[in-house]
Amino acid sequence: MRIPILRLGDILLTSIQVDLTDAEVMQFQTDVLHAIADIEARGLVIEITALEVVDSFMARTINDTANMAQMIGAEVVVCGMRPAVALTLIEMGRGLIGVETTFNLNEGLARLNKKIAQRGDSSLTDDEDAV
Amino acid sequence: MLESVRVSISEEIHSAEARRQALLLAQHLGFGRTDAYYLATAVTELATNLFRHAGGGEIQLRTLTRQNAVGIEVIAHDTGPGIANVEQALREGFSTSGGLGCGLPGVRRLMDELEICSEMGRGTRIRACKWAAIIQTVERQC
Ligand SMILES: Nc1ncnc2c1ncn2[C@@H]1O[C@H](COP(=O)(O)OP(=O)(O)OP(=O)(O)O)[C@@H](O)[C@H]1O
Ligand SMILES: [Mg+2]
Repeated sequence: MRIPILRLGDILLTSIQVDLTDAEVMQFQTDVLHAIADIEARGLVIEITALEVVDSFMARTINDTANMAQMIGAEVVVCGMRPAVALTLIEMGRGLIGVETTFNLNEGLARLNKKIAQRGDSSLTDDEDAV
Repeated sequence: MLESVRVSISEEIHSAEARRQALLLAQHLGFGRTDAYYLATAVTELATNLFRHAGGGEIQLRTLTRQNAVGIEVIAHDTGPGIANVEQALREGFSTSGGLGCGLPGVRRLMDELEICSEMGRGTRIRACKWAAIIQTVERQC
């Protein structure tokens, strides 16, 4: 199964809805990285409302994907974590998800836009001739 | 009635089935939402370990009862390589496979009881229990 990646301006939106196998994780990470590079995305939202359980493998998948995305220049927010999932993650070990999380998609997008604005390169592509 | 369930774990996706069965059993026994998710996550961790570190095994879920309380016992059993140092395996961040190393420490925190018996070259048996929080019904008159 391939995870769809949607484009919203220069932000990419992707939603994990089922458990991923090792092979699917690899595919997902490659797809996300290519998508970011293709459109020079400045932000990535990983939406996980559908996940009932985030185990250590899923946590690692999310963290690794976020780290890779950040490395190639996209800010990352994870959104839609269910309260029961959040509680479980906190109980399991603090800081298991090393990425910023927000309650819903709206907040996630707002947070992402703020981070992008703070970064101060929002006019980078427009200014290219000036460099 | 669901009392005892066995799920054989030989592929990655089987851990989802073990988790599903754990959630079903927890719901059936009237576990609260948080307890049910704690249990389900712990079962997922144990099942994933069976697949990743022992080449497969079996998860067994069983209903426990004691005075005023119900619980669920999880047994993860395999005939894999065994765990060389159980204390080390329970330590936060210890992983022999590049994982986060928070599976077993997580199970310890999420469950109420945890017992690990492992013998090198013979296999591992992990037993964990979760008790439902006892909810007392108080009758009130208004
Ligand atoms: N059933 C098992 N058989 C053999 N070794 C095991 C088994 N379960 C766990 N281990 C050993 O204990 C270590 C710690 O397990 P733990 O679940 O905490 O971390 P992990 O599986 O390596 O990573 P994570 O669960 O965070 O993805 C493992 O790396 C492995 O060496
Ligand atoms: Mg593990």
